[in-house]
Amino acid sequence: MKLNLKIWRQKSPSEQGQFKDYVVNNANEDMSFLEMLDFLNMDLVRKGEEAVQFDHDCREGICGSCSLMINGSPHGPETGTATCQLHIRKFKDGDTIVIEPFRAKAFPVLRDLCVDRTAFDRIMAAGGFCSVNTGNAPEANSILIGKEVAENAMDSAACIGCGACVAACKNASAMLFVSAKVSQFALLPQGKPERSRRVRQMVAQMDKEMFGSCSNTGACEAACPKEISLENMARLNREMLRASVTE
Amino acid sequence: MLDSKIPSGSIEQKWKNRKFESKLVNPSNRRKHTVIVVGTGLAGASAAATLGELGYKVKVFTFHESPRRAHSIAAQGGINAAKNYQNDGDSVYRLFYDTIKGGDFRAREANVYRLAELSVNIIDQCVAQGVPFAREYGGTLTNRSFGGTQVSRTFYAKGQTGQQLLLGAYSSLMRQSGEKSVEIFPRQEMVDVIVIGGKARGIVARNLVTGELQSHLADAVVLATGGYGNVFFLSTNAKQSNATAAWRAHKRGAYFANPCFTQIHPTCVPVSGDYQSKLTLMSESLRNDGRVWVPMKVGDKRAPNEIPESERDYFLERMYPSFGNLVPRDIASRAAKRMCDEGRGVGATGLSVYMDFRDAIQRLGNTVVSEKYGNLFQMYEKITDENPYKVPMRIFPAVHYTMGGLWVDYNLMSTIPGLFVAGEANFSDHGANRLGASALMQGLADGYFVVPYSIANYLGGEKLSAVKQEQDEVKSAIADSQERLNGFMKIKGSQSVDEIHRKLGKIMWEHCGMARNEKGLNDAIKLIQKLKDEFSNDIRIPGDTRLNSELEKANRVADFLELGELMCIDALNRKESCGGHFREEMQTPEGEALRDDQNFSYVAAWEHTGKTPTLHKEALTFENIHLAQRSYK
Repeated sequence: MKLNLKIWRQKSPSEQGQFKDYVVNNANEDMSFLEMLDFLNMDLVRKGEEAVQFDHDCREGICGSCSLMINGSPHGPETGTATCQLHIRKFKDGDTIVIEPFRAKAFPVLRDLCVDRTAFDRIMAAGGFCSVNTGNAPEANSILIGKEVAENAMDSAACIGCGACVAACKNASAMLFVSAKVSQFALLPQGKPERSRRVRQMVAQMDKEMFGSCSNTGACEAACPKEISLENMARLNREMLRASVTE
Repeated sequence: MLDSKIPSGSIEQKWKNRKFESKLVNPSNRRKHTVIVVGTGLAGASAAATLGELGYKVKVFTFHESPRRAHSIAAQGGINAAKNYQNDGDSVYRLFYDTIKGGDFRAREANVYRLAELSVNIIDQCVAQGVPFAREYGGTLTNRSFGGTQVSRTFYAKGQTGQQLLLGAYSSLMRQSGEKSVEIFPRQEMVDVIVIGGKARGIVARNLVTGELQSHLADAVVLATGGYGNVFFLSTNAKQSNATAAWRAHKRGAYFANPCFTQIHPTCVPVSGDYQSKLTLMSESLRNDGRVWVPMKVGDKRAPNEIPESERDYFLERMYPSFGNLVPRDIASRAAKRMCDEGRGVGATGLSVYMDFRDAIQRLGNTVVSEKYGNLFQMYEKITDENPYKVPMRIFPAVHYTMGGLWVDYNLMSTIPGLFVAGEANFSDHGANRLGASALMQGLADGYFVVPYSIANYLGGEKLSAVKQEQDEVKSAIADSQERLNGFMKIKGSQSVDEIHRKLGKIMWEHCGMARNEKGLNDAIKLIQKLKDEFSNDIRIPGDTRLNSELEKANRVADFLELGELMCIDALNRKESCGGHFREEMQTPEGEALRDDQNFSYVAAWEHTGKTPTLHKEALTFENIHLAQRSYK
């Protein structure tokens, strides 16, 4: 297969970037999207041109490293799929593919397609935990949690922190990411003691990081490779309201 | 002689004795000590968080952009613990026994017993952090089975157990980061360890964004940098997983133990083409319900659903009736290879076997099967474009885990005083074969419970002199690394680093993979030496030193080449078969691994000399478990 690529190249956060055209002539339909980029890079390196920089690691859709806006969609056209799990068989011979970094004020571009998503870590540090030191834990089965509650918490906890929700949002809001973590702990008994403090501090940090406001369009849910539900955002809003009236 | 510093007393008393004998650091003195932790997977994140909670000043380094991206995140199936919640006869002693036997009697008894003891505390800790483990309707924790055991002791969170455990450890780490007891350095890769006065006193880290090298000083260094499966290029490890931190420590004096002990996991998605960048694991938990088979007839090209029951060979059930599909990984992998060698492999290349869920779906229904394995089935379908609810999965063995690693004593300290090694990066607990769901257990046992005690014991007993950035040892460590990196940039050859890495992988897979022999290993050593020359004369790294993946790869592959050679040397030295190390010259008439306890009941710890490495032996004694030929029949 022949693919025409338009790839964003940018040397550093302070320099201006631009699209550059590349052609991949021998793409194979069983390749993953990232393998196609590996293939391109091998070609570029042999010619002495700089390899395209992109974040990736596990290539199994779980580490959350890979990003990429592919033809305007975070992680490309397939629903519930991270870029690393997208395969070339989803494209047609001769297609033109536009590849950009995730764009958000809170995710500055480092080089080419790599962005800095450490804002998410700082939100986690603000409250995304149950405060329990090693050694403090009670016997595991002394905390009973119904199967359904555990499964709902697991669905929220499945977030991989890739930032597709932010990239998809016209306001670059991080509501889906924050709400998934808030929900996981709001659902579980272990999270109850700190629920008010947690939601307040995580939301405050989210605002400080310059993520935009949520306007409930649901673009985040559609783009999420783990299909994290909008219900989490409703739960986050309830948690905020609860925190404001109870304390 | 290597001193493993195993505490006195009966196996049940050893860890208790060590904790009691251990020196301590007064809470108000802890903040005067800086501890560096390299790596933020299960072992690193849990160690760093716990040390932070205790009051040490902790600096954490990861080459990832966030601690949460470490490869522990990809572990699927579960974590073992001897809780005996299923009332099926489990105990600390049985987990200890299963792990020693599963490791084919090449692990240290005292370490393994401690691991089994701590397993129960890990589950408590993770539940308290809010890890959403799978539950029964009544609200208690549920379990499943993994290979090499006859009890259900594996705790899980769907097929994302590693993710949930890592996010638990990460959340504790981020809490400490928020409290300023831990400072995190993302996108910074350790390129050397700084040794002053014979003790580890810091590291050199490379900022991957700016390309700058910087030294960081400390009173102790903990390496939790994972395994070296990517020597093979194609493995189930994440693309960036590498051995550089461990290898640089080795070159500064840390012995490397049992490097040839690599685990080839039986159930991975088969290789499909030359462009392939990595292999994907299909969790061992699938073998709870998936039945592994090949056609009875050689060269049977019919579609799997057209092959009647009577013409299928469920070879694991046939060969190992008491463990069936749940035999340990090394045994299942070799059996699958044997089927393919006989010409009964399936798929276009003949290099795969079926794992079939037809019977499970008939028995349990699609919904229950999808509740258990939904995300794995989905992952499989994305890669292969085949629906495993309708056609059996095709699987083949792939490199997955490395049991070998830096040598450590009972306290997880390497042969460099002050340098501790935790998780997959050390060699200590799995012998020659790791049982499923035990990697997560070991990473967290080391990080939450062993490293914190060991650090206190070390710092409480040492008089450490002050060290300064201006010292010669620090400056020369930075200069060495700078020179090395500059050297890579100057080569300006014609091949990308990946091309050399793929060649290394092929050599290793062919000669130091599932089956090894003397001639092959000798050939491999020569081929690797040639490949090293090719690397140092012909790689090309265009661009500058700022965020440059090609330079990062070169820095890692240079180390893989040296480590690959050591793996072959170790495999050549070990003239016995045990666990994942199968020397074709040493097998039983049925083709099982044949150990030689008389001559090889030892840990092979290699010292770097710059020329031929020197072998040091740690004798393994089995005082509690009777040495026997493993049998899963």
